Amino acid sequence: MSAHKSLPHDAAPLHVTGQARYIDDIPTPANTLHLAFGTSEIASGKITAINLDKVRAATGVIAVFTADDLPFANDVSPSAHDEPLLATGEVHYLGQPIFMIAATSHLAARKAAMLGEIKIDARTPILTIEDALAADSRFEDGPRIWTKGDVDAALGNAKHRLQGEIDMGGQEHFYLEGQAALVFPQEGGDMVVHSSTQHPTEIQHKVAEAVGLPMHAVRCEVRRMGGGFGGKESQGNALAVGCAIAARATGRPCKMRYDRDDDMMITGKRHDFRISYDIGFNDKGVLAAVDFTQMTRCGWALDLSIPVADRAMLHADNAYLLDAVRITSHRLKTNTQSATAYRGFGGPQGVLGIERVMDHIAAHLGLDPIQVRQANYYAHMSKATKTNTTPYGMKVNDFILQEMTEALLKTADYAARRRAVDAWNADNPILKKGLGFSPVKFGISFTLTHLNQAGALVHVYQDGSIHLNHGGTEMGQGLFQKVAQVAASRFGVSMDAIKITATDTAKVPNTSATAASSGTDLNGMAVQNACDMIIARIAEIVAQTHGGTARDVTFADGNVTTGKTTLTFAQAAMLAYTNRVSLSATGFYKTPDLAWDRIKGQGQPFFYFAQGAALTEVVIDTLTGENRILRCDILHDAGSSLNPDLDIGQIEGGYVQGAGWLTTEELVWDDKGNLKTHAPSTYKIPACSDRPRVFNVALWDAPNPANTVYRSKAVGEPPFMHGISALLAISDAVASCGDIYPSLDAPATPERILAAVNTVRG
Amino acid sequence: MMKVTFLLNGETVEVDTPATQTLLDWLRNTRGLTGTKEGCNEGDCGACSVVVTDETSKRALNACILFLPQLHGKSVRTIEGISGPNSELHPVQTAMVDHHGSQCGFCTPGFIASMAAGHANGHKDHDDMLAGNLCRCTGYAPIIRAAQAAETEAVPVWMKEEKAPAGPAPFAPETLDALCAWYAANPDATVIAGATDVGLWVTKQLRTLDQVVFLNRCMDLQKITETADTITFGAAVTMVDVHQTLKIYHPSYAEMVRRYGSEQVRGAATIGGNIGNGSPIGDNPPALIALGATLHLRHGAATRSIPLQDFFIAYGKQDRAKGELITGITIPKSAPNLRVYKLSKRFDQDISAVCGGFNVTVLDGKVQSAVIAFGGMAGTPARATTVENALIGQPWTQQTVQAALPAFATDYTPMSDMRASAAYRCEAAQNMLLRYFAELSGQATSVLEVQP
Repeated sequence: MSAHKSLPHDAAPLHVTGQARYIDDIPTPANTLHLAFGTSEIASGKITAINLDKVRAATGVIAVFTADDLPFANDVSPSAHDEPLLATGEVHYLGQPIFMIAATSHLAARKAAMLGEIKIDARTPILTIEDALAADSRFEDGPRIWTKGDVDAALGNAKHRLQGEIDMGGQEHFYLEGQAALVFPQEGGDMVVHSSTQHPTEIQHKVAEAVGLPMHAVRCEVRRMGGGFGGKESQGNALAVGCAIAARATGRPCKMRYDRDDDMMITGKRHDFRISYDIGFNDKGVLAAVDFTQMTRCGWALDLSIPVADRAMLHADNAYLLDAVRITSHRLKTNTQSATAYRGFGGPQGVLGIERVMDHIAAHLGLDPIQVRQANYYAHMSKATKTNTTPYGMKVNDFILQEMTEALLKTADYAARRRAVDAWNADNPILKKGLGFSPVKFGISFTLTHLNQAGALVHVYQDGSIHLNHGGTEMGQGLFQKVAQVAASRFGVSMDAIKITATDTAKVPNTSATAASSGTDLNGMAVQNACDMIIARIAEIVAQTHGGTARDVTFADGNVTTGKTTLTFAQAAMLAYTNRVSLSATGFYKTPDLAWDRIKGQGQPFFYFAQGAALTEVVIDTLTGENRILRCDILHDAGSSLNPDLDIGQIEGGYVQGAGWLTTEELVWDDKGNLKTHAPSTYKIPACSDRPRVFNVALWDAPNPANTVYRSKAVGEPPFMHGISALLAISDAVASCGDIYPSLDAPATPERILAAVNTVRG
Repeated sequence: MMKVTFLLNGETVEVDTPATQTLLDWLRNTRGLTGTKEGCNEGDCGACSVVVTDETSKRALNACILFLPQLHGKSVRTIEGISGPNSELHPVQTAMVDHHGSQCGFCTPGFIASMAAGHANGHKDHDDMLAGNLCRCTGYAPIIRAAQAAETEAVPVWMKEEKAPAGPAPFAPETLDALCAWYAANPDATVIAGATDVGLWVTKQLRTLDQVVFLNRCMDLQKITETADTITFGAAVTMVDVHQTLKIYHPSYAEMVRRYGSEQVRGAATIGGNIGNGSPIGDNPPALIALGATLHLRHGAATRSIPLQDFFIAYGKQDRAKGELITGITIPKSAPNLRVYKLSKRFDQDISAVCGGFNVTVLDGKVQSAVIAFGGMAGTPARATTVENALIGQPWTQQTVQAALPAFATDYTPMSDMRASAAYRCEAAQNMLLRYFAELSGQATSVLEVQP
């Protein structure tokens, strides 16, 4: 059976030979036009004049569009219809597209984009959390507040009480393939869209609105993305819509890909957060009450900020049972790029809030931070009573971090290394080591419940070869391979019998974004459903023809067997075909048992929780703040993994990306709202040598209690949060310099670390 | 237009090209070789890496900031040519599949190119070879496992290049005499060496360069000359080659150069270019000034030599006449107390917030001489003369060093930008002097040397 095998990524041989095709690699007709946006150089203001004469006169320019030239909807928002493709009268951030050029080459379009003469009556932009609070600039009518227990009473009665605050920066996705779309106009105004998107149905939908046609006139195809990480859930809309509008106007194929600097200036990033806390706890560090205030800059448009901020609230507890908790969430509207989905979708920010709390308690009481965490964990699944509930009233009945933590501490040799680090620090005045531990419990499901559905289309051809299609998109995570392993396992055939095909809105309609770590859970189940329908039909005809009963027919090792008769799968397929049995099926799946009221903050938003724990060791230089991750040990729960090696790949990659978020990756805006870190020269994602010197990753191999596909667990986002242990380790190293709690903000750049060292030294 | 001849995946190509046509755009748009990717178009991500071979070297370079005339007489191997003629996989390709080294796959062709170049050269310092290739998916661990797995495999025969046919190229003079004569007569021309800076004028600022001259054919500028006491680097010696020599004589400077740009950048960038562009954050000048380097210039037939520190007059202004060419730089071989500290948000391939060069000599416990120079602290690379004076003649002690720290405020008034605040730059510069003292005293001062 292919399920649970560590097969390579299905496209690996294409990746390593350069044959894997991305949007900009698709051969295009010679008359294809190339698009670029002219963008605002002002963060907030009223457009008083647009002169595009020089743009129109520039070499190679075929067409130029402003908001006035758009035939139908001028909107690329995934949510509130508040995001025009091209600015209408007002600009809301520095980098906002104002006009669009279609030219004979990418370079000609980029050159022309520099020639626009835009006059803007500038206002003082709202940029910071303070600016937004002062102006009461926010989404929704006020802060969202969820409460469990009597927080004020519990805080008042607690033996110990602390207040604190942590700022955590945003994060640029830095998918290696920038945003890109290619549109081929069809007869009758129809459009075929190739987009680097996690959400083909959204692209189809927004393009249809923009060209004034029903969704059936637009087909979106996605073979693969060169990375997504949430950055291609909604941010590709503008390019696809722009291309469709230009294609409609000119009748020519249109392609748009952002230059890297444009990509970083135009598109949204991870939400930055400030989380402040007021906590009460006992001598053992067990929390009596927590009052969290989460403030996030959402940028200028709503995009996905509400579910992101909700998920930050939903993960404010992380792995800890909180009897009295209040979470207040401010969704602030600022004149910056519209913050968007990014791996973890607010979860990492919420988790970091309470992980900071755990370390702060431990420092205050002089306890081991891991002990404090263990004392606050949810009850183990074997002991979960009805009081083992989250702040939003969901019972936690699959919690296993007790034994995962014990196992990790043992394999990582924590106790001895803790002593060794302390001894090393005593001997080294300039360099200091630190250890950081963080667990994660991550809720799996879209919190907008209706998104938890998926479809699949499976064909078996008369030669026994199988065509596989589903609504999920491939961005490198190995979804296609894992789902193909499901199909191969159902049919009992080898992997080479399965053809993985591009995601296509004409094959599977009304898909949800490949997001929320749900790709395999949802699409794997939908494919399983489709396969099982075809299997039942084949079994029926095989039993009819060769004897036995349909339910006893087996599919294994490339054969179909009934009684003493064995056919090859191809023979069985041919038998079904010649007997006029349908060999094509659409599969469908919806996640069971979900109910969620986001206003009240009550219900069961998740199907289950994925869990894991990480221990990181770092060294810092107390003269410069330079730092290095020395070692990381991770134990992660992927259920019964569908593909252990691919899952480990997600964990290693997630950790490094998470550590990057909290260390080297710093977004800097100036006081005009101009993002100064808009290229890899200034925005530093981890490089090769930044990975831990020693990097031990293991899977906790136990079946998911929830009925998921082959009892596996989602693995896309949860490991990202292991990176938090790197920040905590740095904080631990800083703390060794003195007696004051470091209160280290993120990203912990050398500059912030040096400042924290100075704080700790008093 | 320029007539350029080179080998592309073993086949001779002759192109008539504009001077600033990038290899990447030409490969993708003209040749339809779309395996080589554009990730950033500024030489910082490595997705466009290709293997370039000439008589003396085989190296990975960034195709996005490589102009076609730079390739005249060389051989280029793209991802399409790293597999064999019958689609046999190169050992690094096989290893990357086996070790799950690709996820989204977009960075992979660039990694393969860098790995193939490193493999051909027998390199095992994979972190350094791959520092210029960014991957956002894997966390690099499986890529390193793949690189290690391929170490023992033989270099495939198809990776050996024939000598590329190339006649004289008017855009790239082959002797220093010809070059200097031409440049003196055409003083408004842009001189292009490695194009790691000029490349961005074209790909990011979208500038058109009307008149250019390329240094890559001028072997006189690519020599490293040693005397008993000195080393002279020709201006067009690449940083890869500078690094090899520095490793012998100036290990601390070499360690900084190990982190300078990336393998692809060091393979193209030249020491003369790094000086000539006058950047206040170039990493060579602080080290070279601390070494008391002498800069050589030539205008037509007239030559002169000046202390490097005098070359930098003010931000954007250097002591170089129009039409005058930097020809080389001379440094002493011996400077046992030279230390160079590069401070940046990321260790590898990051522009320094502060880069300091320290060269203090101590005789009988007293500071005999002190040369301290910084990049990132002023509008030019600049010496800390007040600090130096506070040290010279004093006993070489922690107290002396502490007492000298306030002098930094006299020497420097740095600025704040996206890399660091002014206050941090000041503090870090002072602390580098403390580090220097500690390091010479034998204390552990480098996080890079700490083992898990």
